[in-house]
Amino acid sequence: MSRTTLILLQLLVAAVAILSWHFLTTIPYSDGKPLVPPFFFSTPLDVVARIHKWFSEGTIWRHLWITLTEAALAFVIGSIAGVLVGFWFARQPRVAAVFDPYVKMANALPRIVLAPIFTLWFGLGILSKVALGVTLVFFIVFFNVYQGVKEVSPTVLANARMLGMNERQLMRHVYWPSALSWMFSSLHTSVGFAVVGAVVGEYLGSAAGLGYLILQAESTFDIAGVFAGMFVLSVFVIVIDMLVTVVEKRLLVWRPVSAETQK
Amino acid sequence: MEAAKIERGGMARPATAVPAIRFDGVRVAFLMEGGAFTAVERAELDVADGEFVAIVGPTGCGKSTLLNAAAGLLSPSAGKVEIFGTPLKELNRQAGYLFQTESLFPWKTAIENVAIGLEVIGVSRVKARARAQEWLKRVGLAAFADRYPHMLSGGQRKRVGLAQVLIRDPKILLMDEPFGPLDAQTRQIMGNLLLDLWSADRKAVLFVTHDLEEAIALSDRVVIMSAGPAAKIIGDWRVNLSRPRDTAEIRLDDTFHRLHKEIWHTMKDEVMKGYAQAGGGG
Repeated sequence: MSRTTLILLQLLVAAVAILSWHFLTTIPYSDGKPLVPPFFFSTPLDVVARIHKWFSEGTIWRHLWITLTEAALAFVIGSIAGVLVGFWFARQPRVAAVFDPYVKMANALPRIVLAPIFTLWFGLGILSKVALGVTLVFFIVFFNVYQGVKEVSPTVLANARMLGMNERQLMRHVYWPSALSWMFSSLHTSVGFAVVGAVVGEYLGSAAGLGYLILQAESTFDIAGVFAGMFVLSVFVIVIDMLVTVVEKRLLVWRPVSAETQK
Repeated sequence: MEAAKIERGGMARPATAVPAIRFDGVRVAFLMEGGAFTAVERAELDVADGEFVAIVGPTGCGKSTLLNAAAGLLSPSAGKVEIFGTPLKELNRQAGYLFQTESLFPWKTAIENVAIGLEVIGVSRVKARARAQEWLKRVGLAAFADRYPHMLSGGQRKRVGLAQVLIRDPKILLMDEPFGPLDAQTRQIMGNLLLDLWSADRKAVLFVTHDLEEAIALSDRVVIMSAGPAAKIIGDWRVNLSRPRDTAEIRLDDTFHRLHKEIWHTMKDEVMKGYAQAGGGG
């Protein structure tokens, strides 16, 4: 399938979905009412109008910025903590063995139940959302770094030692790159979870952010606002994901990719 | 070609210089579930300085175990390994090791992989890079310096590995079926490259292979091991073929044929035993 056909087909899916939504919610069916009540499902035009209003009035930027800040902080703090603890546990099997049941317990806990506690501890500001995001990001990064250090090829390790590397050099030239490659391979997941942490945190209690925006709309039965919020959120996540792909490609140049044959 | 004198027999110990590697009653046993597994039993072997010795034996006979003992990667359960007369306690710092499986750092380019051996002993980055580029040229990869291992072919990766080991100028070279995964033609080319580099400063080489022809074509001495477990050294032949050699052409030599026939005669039974133990040939 050529690239043009693919894009055309993808656009077709969107067109069909939006057009059916539009006709089902606007064309009168019986008693002059449409088949799908716009009160519950809104209409595409209303949603577009709402998004246009948000951006033209500029009210959306503050919410986007808050959510972005929360997600970025959660990602950075969670990643640093995950890398440090992952390294520590992988190089000190005894420590890992002692903490193992507690790590499993903490990871098994649905993180969303922590949100009210974090709100109590850190208030309604961005800190409680960052904390929620950190608990999500930390475990993904931690497990990947731990695995990355553990799964260094024994031959590569033996080679490094035969080449005369001491413990510090092994760390720098062998364990660190290996752990990083595992961490980067989970970059999409961890960045995604940072956003999830931020939005869910906002949804459960806040004064700003995309989650807050959606919650506000919901509580006033403003379905157009809910859909508009969801749409902005998805685009926001897709843009971040595209940035992650760019970063990933630059950092993992040494990784084999399955080659495409020339057509 | 000079008529070769074939010496059969014992563990000839040159009385003159201290051997580069000496296995003195080396026994290696691994602890496993259900008791100990003896891989190598009472190995006695001397490799003189500058000598190229090949160890040949059936699959799973403990050739690599012996090599790892010489590298200090594992310590013998009994007996000792001496390197230039000094008992080996930890890693063998005087040896370079070329592994059978992929051992390059996948996150480093070819030139970084070669330079690292110098960088870890404190040579400056710039100097190490310059020397690495020379070595890449010597193994015929000057144009591939910035490629990552996955962008190189199997043979090219082995060349990088060779440069990575040799740039540190080790006194001893340990090789564990280094050309095993390569195709036949590439193996012969790599064999010639190895002999070429080796002839420049004649390091002591211990070369493990399952390929008898390759062993004879490359080495000064061929040592045969019996089938495992508890593999022993059961034969030791001197290969008196003149150097420099071409590993492809030398296979057509009469002396090569006679030697091959004689060694194979001893080896055959062991190979069959080895296959039987490995589960009926496979």
